[in-house]
This record gives sequence, C-alpha cells and structure tokens, in this order.
Amino acid sequence: MTNSQLTPGVVPGRLPADVIASNFADVEPPLDQHEALVAADRCYFCHDAPCMTACPTTIDIPLFIRQIATGTPEAAARTILGQNILGGMCARVCPTEQLCEEACVREAAEGKPVEIGRLQRYATDRMMARGVHPFTRAAPTGKRVAVVGAGPAGLSCAHRLAMKGHDVTLYDARPKPGGLNEYGIAAYKSTGNFAQEEVAWLLAIGGIVVKNGMALGRDIDLDMLREEHDAVFLGVGLAGVNALRVEGEEKEEVTNAVDYIATLRQADDKSVLPVGRDVVVIGGGMTAVDVAVQSKLLGAENVTIVYRRGQERMSASRYEQEHALSTGVRIICNAAPLRVIGNGAVREVEFAYTHDSGGGLSIGNETFRLKADQLFKAIGQTLEGGAEGLAIEGSKIAVTGAGRTTLAGVWAGGDCAQGGNDLTVTAVAEGRDAAEDIHATLMA
Amino acid sequence: MANLATNFIGIKSPNPFWLASAPPTDKEYNVRRAYEAGWGGVVWKTLGAEGPPVVNVNGPRYGAVWGADRRLLGLNNIELITDRPLEVNLREIKSVKRDYPDRALIVSLMVPCDEESWKAILAHVEDTGADGVELNFGCPHGMAERGMGSAVGQVPEYIEMVTRWVKQHSRMPCIVKLTPNITDIRKPAEAAKRGGADAVSLINTINSITAVNLDTFSPEPMIDGKGTHGGYCGPAVKPIALNMVAEIARSPETHGLPISGIGGVTTWRDAAEFMALGAGSVQVCTAAMTYGFKVVQEMISGLSQWMDEKGITSVDEVVGRAVPNVTDWQYLNLNYVTKARIDQDLCIKCGRCYAACEDTSHQAIAMNPGRVFEVKDDECVACNLCVNVCPVEDCITMERLIPGSVDPRTGRVVEVAVADWTQHPNNPMARAAE
Ligand SMILES: Cc1cc2nc3c(=O)[nH]c(=O)nc-3n(C[C@H](O)[C@H](O)[C@H](O)COP(=O)(O)OP(=O)(O)OC[C@H]3O[C@@H](n4cnc5c(N)ncnc54)[C@H](O)[C@@H]3O)c2cc1C
Ligand SMILES: Cc1cc2nc3c(=O)[nH]c(=O)nc-3n(C[C@H](O)[C@H](O)[C@H](O)COP(=O)(O)O)c2cc1C
Ligand code: SF4
Repeated sequence: MTNSQLTPGVVPGRLPADVIASNFADVEPPLDQHEALVAADRCYFCHDAPCMTACPTTIDIPLFIRQIATGTPEAAARTILGQNILGGMCARVCPTEQLCEEACVREAAEGKPVEIGRLQRYATDRMMARGVHPFTRAAPTGKRVAVVGAGPAGLSCAHRLAMKGHDVTLYDARPKPGGLNEYGIAAYKSTGNFAQEEVAWLLAIGGIVVKNGMALGRDIDLDMLREEHDAVFLGVGLAGVNALRVEGEEKEEVTNAVDYIATLRQADDKSVLPVGRDVVVIGGGMTAVDVAVQSKLLGAENVTIVYRRGQERMSASRYEQEHALSTGVRIICNAAPLRVIGNGAVREVEFAYTHDSGGGLSIGNETFRLKADQLFKAIGQTLEGGAEGLAIEGSKIAVTGAGRTTLAGVWAGGDCAQGGNDLTVTAVAEGRDAAEDIHATLMA
Repeated sequence: MANLATNFIGIKSPNPFWLASAPPTDKEYNVRRAYEAGWGGVVWKTLGAEGPPVVNVNGPRYGAVWGADRRLLGLNNIELITDRPLEVNLREIKSVKRDYPDRALIVSLMVPCDEESWKAILAHVEDTGADGVELNFGCPHGMAERGMGSAVGQVPEYIEMVTRWVKQHSRMPCIVKLTPNITDIRKPAEAAKRGGADAVSLINTINSITAVNLDTFSPEPMIDGKGTHGGYCGPAVKPIALNMVAEIARSPETHGLPISGIGGVTTWRDAAEFMALGAGSVQVCTAAMTYGFKVVQEMISGLSQWMDEKGITSVDEVVGRAVPNVTDWQYLNLNYVTKARIDQDLCIKCGRCYAACEDTSHQAIAMNPGRVFEVKDDECVACNLCVNVCPVEDCITMERLIPGSVDPRTGRVVEVAVADWTQHPNNPMARAAE
C-alpha cells in the first residue's frame, strides 16, 4: 500500500521518491561560470569593506570577488580558505542576509546585495573539485594538542594547529566527524555527501589523527587529555536538548528536532523516513524552521511552527522564516504549549496565547488546540558532559580572550563556549583564533 | 515631436543618423532593412576598383574589450573593404536608392592613388543615383599596406590631391573620411578643404591590439598563431573622436567645414554630443553591430524628446552649439573654485571616494565613525576623482564657492573677476590684466 499526504499517523513515502529527492536538492543551485562573472561584476571593491567587517571570519570579500571576476576562482578560494577553512560549508549555511550581504552597500543602494555567499561557494567548489589542498604544514614543533569535538570549531582549530606544525588528535563521540555539518544542517543546504568530502579535504593538510566514537566523560577525560597533551581545545557543541516541561511530553511521536534531523541527514534515501500528516514544531530558531521545512518536503500535509514570543524575537532570520512560509509552513507566534494530549501517541497539543511585556512572558487564559500526529521540540540545546572542572557562565563554558577557559592549557570555542551566536561561521572563527592563541602560548 | 530632418551638404535625410561604411552597409539586404528600421542614411561599405575583389581572412576578424556584464566597450577589426564584386554592389546601390529616394545614400570609395582609377570609379557611382561619395582615407590595416586607406590619410598632400581629382571628375558631394592615426587631425582636414571637399567625416578606426592570448602568446584576433593590429571602434573611442571633431570645428582654418561625426555613437546622447561639437550628421557602426538596426529608434526618440524639452525645433540649432565653449587650457578661469559635496542621504558608504582621495589624491575626505564620509574643504582641490569613482549618480557633486567667500584651502577670497593662466603671476609669459 502506498502512502499519501493524507495518510494518518507517522509514515514514510508520503510523496513519490523522485519528488522527495528533488525537494532535497540544493535550495540555492550553484552559480555556473557565466552567472558567477555577472554576479562578481556587481561588487564595488569597497574601501574597508563593510561586508568584510560583518563576516565573523573576516574574509577579504572584495578581493576574492575580484579574483573571480578576473578569471582566477582558485585564487579566490585561497583568499577565502585562508581565513575560513570551512568556507565551502559556510557558503552554503551562513545566514548571509544577516551577515555580509546585509552589510553590502548594494543592499543599501538597490535592496539587492552582491551574492557573496553564492560566489564564495563558486570559488570553493572550484578548488575542491580540483582536489587541491592549498595549505602546507610548517616544520614539526613536537607539540601535541588534543581537540575534542570534530564540528566546525574543532575542525577549524585542528587545521590551524596542524598548519603550524603541531600534532593533533581529534576526538569525537559520534561515528563520523563534522559535527552539525554532518548531523544538523538542513539537508537542502548541504547536499550530497558534502560534509564528509569537506572534512576529508580539510584533513589533507596532514598531522591530524581523527578518533571517532570517543566521548569526553565516557571514554576519555579532561585530566587524562591534559596529561598526554601540551594543550586541549574543547569544541563539543551543545549535545543536550532542553525539555518542554509540559504534561504529556513523554508520549510517542514527541521527538527532539535535532535527533530527527540527525536521522534525516544520515538517510541516503529520504523517502524511507516516516513523517506525520499533521506536524507541530515548538520553537523559534533555525532548528525549528529546519525541521518544519524538511517535514513539509517529506510530504507532511500541515506543518505549524508555534513560537512563544513575537515574530521579531524569533532567532531564525526573516529570510529563513520566508523560506518556511514559501514551502507552506504556518507560523503561529505568541503561544506556549500547555499539554500534549493523546492516547499513547500524540493526537493534539494545547496552547495558550502569551503576552510578552518585555520584562517577562505571561500565559493568558485563551487557549487553542492543534491537531498533531508528530510533535517536534526545538527549544534549544544545552551543554552536556565532559566539561567538569571548568567554570560555567550562563550555561556555557566560561572563556576569556581567544577561548581561554579557567583551566590552564584548556581552550574552548564554538557553541559550547560563552559568547558567539551559535552559527557555523562563528564556531570556525573561534576555533581558528583559539589555535592561534594555543600556538602562541606553546611557542612562547 | 522635434523635426529631425537633416540637410548635410545638400544631402537630405529624415534624421541625422547614418550607418557608417562597414558590414552593416555591405549589401542591399542590410541597407533595405536598415532603412525600414528608420536609419536616415547609409554610407555604403567601401568599394574598391574594378577587377577581382579583395579577400578577407578566413579566421576571426574581430577582437573586443568588454566592460561590466560583458558590455561591449570596444571592437577591433581586421576586415578589408567590400569583398563582393563591384558590379554587384553598384547594381544593388541603384536599386536601393530608387526605392528609398528620401534616404541618404553615400558611397564609400577606396581605389589606388592614381587619377585614372578615381575617374573610373566615379563614373560608375554617378550612374547609381547615389547622393554622394565618401573617400575612405582611414582604414588602418591591410589596405594601408597597399598604399591606400590610412596610408593616404596620413599624408595631407595626398588627401588634397585625390580630393581635387574627385571634385574634378564628379559633380557629387564629396566627404573625406579621416583617420585618427595621426598627430594633428587639423592637418588632414585642412588638406581636404584645400582639395575642395564638401565635408569631412571622422573618425575611422584606431590602430589597436585588443588583447594577447596568454596560452598561444599571440594577439587577438588570432589567425593561425599570428595576429595583426586592427581598427578600434565602439564606445571606447568616443572621447577621442569627440576631441578630433571639436578640433576641426574650432580651428580657424577649418571652422564651418561640415563634419559627419563618427566614433562610438551608441545612444541619442552620444549623437547629440557630436552634433553640439559641430557634426551635421552622425554615423554609427559598432552600436548597430552590437544591438542590431533597432537601436536607431532609441536614437530618434531620445534626440526628439531632448530637443522638445530644450525647445529646439531643428537639428541645425544643435549643430556646433558647444563649439564656442571649447577652448585652450590657458583660458580656463582659475577663479572658478569648487569643492566636492557628498550627499549623505544618497551615500551607500562604499568608501571608494575615500580610498581614491586618500591613496592617490589629496587626502581631502575624512572617514568618520559609522562610515560617514566628509570632504575636508581645506584640502579639497576639486579634482573630481571622487565624483568619478562614486557608484551612485549625483551622490558627490562639485559645488562652486560663491565669489566673495574664502577658499579654506588657500585662505584666499574667491574673486568675481575671471582670471586665467595668461594673467597669472606664476606665468613668466603673463600679460598684465587690463
Ligand atoms: C538543526 C540545526 C540547523 C542549523 N543550521 C545552521 C545554519 O543553517 N547556519 C549556521 O550558520 N548555523 C546553523 N546551525 C548552528 C551550527 O550548526 C552550530 O553553530 C555549529 O555547528 C557549532 O559548531 P561546534 O563545532 O561548536 O559544534 P557542533 O557542530 O555541535 O560539533 C560538536 C561536536 O562535538 C562532538 N561532541 C559533543 N559532545 C562530545 C563529547 N562529550 N565528547 C566528544 N565529542 C563530543 C559532537 O559529536 C560534534 O561532532 C544549526 C544548528 C542546528 C542544530
Ligand atoms: C568590421 C568593420 C569594418 C569596417 N569597414 C570600413 C570600411 O570598409 N570603410 C570605412 O570607411 N570604414 C570602415 N569601418 C569603420 C567604420 O565605418 C567607423 O568609422 C568606425 O567603426 C567608428 O564608428 P563606431 O564607433 O560607430 O563603430 C569599419 C568598421 C568595422 C567595425
Ligand atoms: S559591501 Fe558589497 S559591494 Fe562592497 S566590497 Fe562587499 S560585496 Fe563588494
């Protein structure tokens, strides 16, 4: 029996397999050479360019665009990767509408910025397609550094350390390296096997030994790492998830969005993934949008995001919200869940309207229910495990300067560390800067 | 709508837009379609002497220079004169002229430098009923190696001699087409005038190599590993052409000699500029080759609208109107003091003005917090570079300091009186101001 969008319950194959496959193709197709030249021509080569300032990794954007315009995309890629070794992934996942492209003067001039993200992808794809790794290692220093977490922060840190001539061991709890690049980012942003290809390309620098399936706090501990290495960098991200803390949360088909997304990312054939007919997502960030959109792409009939505050407070960018709306997702703001109703599996979710007085959020008397055979929780991730002995600040590892923790010889960066904005590009910047600081410290 | 009817040395056309002698005018099929599209006249692709026609290369003949968005800014060619038999061209010219009596049809000619050759071809052309001839003393490649084209155009005595033969053996109006590949454009124009030319047309193409292929190490366009200089035309040559037209228009020796302006005319505005500098008609080649014949419609509508807005009713009122304002550097008013002004509402904060002024000019723009760019009047020499590099129209303008106010750069009061270099104290040759 084949399923359709109207089939009740949580079932796979709501849409024909080929439709699902095309739904998960590149959300923004790569530029071809002609398109890249046309797009590059629009850059004004600004003085002290605002786009560059807006980039957390400070890529010299006008320079790389000029390198594309003059027919040397490989040189452009070098410019990018020299600042941001995951420039390929960032080109795909950065919310450029809040970063470089928002700052682009042509946004001010015409409401249409230079397509920086797509140009960056054009350049980095060119270099990676050639299989060239443009950096080489400095002479060996004999220093050993442990990097925990092979997400953007850890990879960036490891690469920079290896480049400086240090020997790096990169530990990660998961079976594959990449962090959320591999297990989190929306499938239509990072298509194919790009995350693994990029990691393999990055590791071509040499000097990095990757150990997967090694969890800090389970298989390894901080004291041991400190003993065996000259420095330790923690880039463990946020492995835990926040609970809703409402009645009925334990019912079947009430799922952590990040877990569902991880499964989705690991499925080569998305048509085998079960999805509800009526999907409700609770949250207001990138994770909420991603799980909602991907549910819709899998064939869910109705997908609703419910966020407890006003739309302007949603951490998903306006562009992401528009993307959700354009795929048919409905967004309800100012409503908080009261309870999950259902016999065994979720059937409905009850919400109450809220009032955000600025000071605090109050739950009103007016309530409503949404039909749901699948409920996703996307209300944030938390630091979990392994950071014992380190000072915590606002639920993240406290750091000063370029990621120095309260323990000598231990640095941290990315989502797990204080500061930052939970973006891939910021994790890359923090990993890189910590590596520079580790290098300076070890060589002092 | 303004009346664009043009009478150029007795040759009438419904508008001043003519197609220049080049591929667009090489055959009846093209010329008929050009007239249908609205062109006021054409100068037929240059005819050579009787006998076997010239041959063209069989590889690429054009090279190009592009601007943003691959906009064609400059075109270069190594094409020769028509490679079709003379009889065929003459027959076609006759047939077209018969069907389009109201359009200008001028025949371009280039034959060896002897009186008999010119006499012979002129007789043939008179038979066609064409309105006039244009002597091609301009092509800089190929034909010049055979003693024709620019080889003639670079020697004023030859120009005079050939023009005289033409006027002697024909009653047709005669336009002499000049080559820009010469130091002083006034000399060939004077020679044409002495020879009895009714008008000059300019410019023909400029010697050029547009690009070098860095794989084959050969100039483009490349023919079997080699290349040769070609003739450059299109938007890039317009400033050169404008200056040459103006030089002839304002020189006492040639002032009043009718001019057909050529070189980079792409829009109605370009045409109006040539006309203001003294061109009684304009000729177009590259714009038609880039966009097709339809561009003339924009030229016609644009020129009429502008004339209407200016209250100008005939093209004669435009021709030469800017000539009195073209002068020598030494007569420019040194008491005309301006400062750059940045309109903060229009500014998009790209900082190009700052980079240009700070790195390469007078350090007269301040970059204030929040990327607010401001002109320092005490440093600004009014060079205009910031205006030129700013990507936003009218964002940076040059404002004149009112006479009587103090120029913060020099600390001197801006005087009302006009004062130029000829009166300046630093000029050893200065004349005392009267
Ligand atoms: C669903 C989703 C979508 C997102 N979409 C975007 C987007 O489009 N654009 C964007 O810029 N950002 C996005 N983000 C945020 C971005 O993915 C993160 O900011 C970024 O991945 C942080 O990098 P990181 O290296 O700090 O952590 P992570 O990517 O989380 O990597 C941490 C790594 O540490 C490992 N680890 C965890 N605990 C341990 C342990 N105890 N021992 C050993 N290893 C451990 C993990 O397995 C993981 O590999 C998204 C996040 C989510 C959840
Ligand atoms: C391919 C090509 C062939 C040309 N052939 C001739 C020619 O045979 N006779 C001539 O007088 N000028 C010839 N010219 C020059 C044009 O008539 C004209 O003077 C020149 O292109 C400048 O005008 P433009 O900038 O509008 O193209 C040729 C130009 C081109 C591009
Ligand atoms: S702000 Fe825009 S136009 Fe300016 S350098 Fe950056 S990309 Fe180019």
